[in-house]
Amino acid sequence: MIVLKNISKSFDGRPVLKEVSATFEKGKCSFVIGASGGGKSVLMKSMVGLITPDSGVIDFDGRDFLQLEYSEKKELRQEIGMLFQGGALFDSLSVEDNVAFPLQMFTEKSKSEIQERVNFCLNRVKLDKVNKLFPSNISGGMKKRVGIARAIAMNPKYLFCDEPNSGLDPLTSRVIDELIVEITEEYSITTIINSHDIKSVFDMGDHIVFIYQGQQLWEGNKSALGNSGVAELEAFIAASKF
Amino acid sequence: MKFLTRFGLYLLFLYACFRKPDKWRMFWKAFFNEIYKMGNDSFPIVGIISIFIGAVTVIQFGSQLQGSLVPMTILGRIVRDANILEFSPTIVALVMAGKIGSNIASEIGTMKVSEQIDALEIMGVNAASYVALPKILASLFAIPALVICSMFLSNIGGAISCFFSEMVTVDTYIQGLRMDFNGFFVTHALTKAFVSSFLISTISAYNGYRTEGGALEVGAASTMAVVQSCLAIIFFDYILTQLMLY
Repeated sequence: MIVLKNISKSFDGRPVLKEVSATFEKGKCSFVIGASGGGKSVLMKSMVGLITPDSGVIDFDGRDFLQLEYSEKKELRQEIGMLFQGGALFDSLSVEDNVAFPLQMFTEKSKSEIQERVNFCLNRVKLDKVNKLFPSNISGGMKKRVGIARAIAMNPKYLFCDEPNSGLDPLTSRVIDELIVEITEEYSITTIINSHDIKSVFDMGDHIVFIYQGQQLWEGNKSALGNSGVAELEAFIAASKF
Repeated sequence: MKFLTRFGLYLLFLYACFRKPDKWRMFWKAFFNEIYKMGNDSFPIVGIISIFIGAVTVIQFGSQLQGSLVPMTILGRIVRDANILEFSPTIVALVMAGKIGSNIASEIGTMKVSEQIDALEIMGVNAASYVALPKILASLFAIPALVICSMFLSNIGGAISCFFSEMVTVDTYIQGLRMDFNGFFVTHALTKAFVSSFLISTISAYNGYRTEGGALEVGAASTMAVVQSCLAIIFFDYILTQLMLY
């Protein structure tokens, strides 16, 4: 479980996050939704440690991320998997080397054990015969799937997905959504997804946090999403027209 | 003030780079790969440039000496010392700033804008060390090795020039090359080569690592890396020459 308490962040005196608090539970897909420029990405980058918030608490199952020592942060980060908007695959490595990378870096597994795990992860995201290809030779949807395979290679406790559907056709989007849900439930991962895609939110969102101009205006489950009573959220959903 | 801020960030970047690698096996693999890439890919251009520098130096000094009372054997000595002391270490460093420096900056810059650096950080990898340290240490071996090759090739270029120009015989030129050799000049040249290698690789890696934006910014970082490296090379060339030879 991840608990955020009063996270605030400003850039050059301009507040981007204002006292954001939220709880993301284990084994569930939680969504952070909101318009572009609303602070979703800054919130996610704060949670994974790419940005240090000005104040607040980011609690990973009792460990306050902001108070951890460098070595403790490194250990915690090995429990985090992240799926980036563009995949963020390493260009110089083949698909299988990308998936094997965290295993080679942080485990003492033998070559055959790593290969076995890589094949398992690639099969899990329904990819085969692409092991030796390079990121530049595969499609956007495949890159996302390789990104998921790499994210789950270390059996993470926490999975962060930044706009997993952006730039994908509806069918591929659905495949990616289903994969994220399956993996979250199968491995009981705390999954947090940044998205604009209201269809995905209704399809797979167990818990939703709405961010508007850096403020958390609403938090709840998808059944309550339609009658939240928050004008900004209703306008956001209405504008999506799915 | 802006310069001091950037210099401070550069020092912090170096501190992050020179931390113990997360996995030595992966570090050595990247290190040897970088040495091979830098040395192998740069040797042809360094070779061609060095031969021509030697050839041109012979013609330039030879034309000055012709008709004078100075014996022509001095030509080989002048060309040898000029190449060892200045042309090989400095010109090879400037060429490497353009070739290796821009390559390092654009490679790391592209990794930064495509979130590959972020992916490393999130995994718990010390990204600065992982991407930059093998390149920095590899450059400390590859560039001085190229400078040594350049010293030999520029003197050979001089001999080729003598053969074709008939300004002085090849035998006379070689006699000059062997005259009053001072081994300290090689030490001086290699010191400059090491310092230049460090400057090229760290300045370029820093510029790449600080890139934010897109393709345009990667290009700008690459250009900035070359410009700053060249300025740093000639500045430290002057300082080291003053310190070691005066």
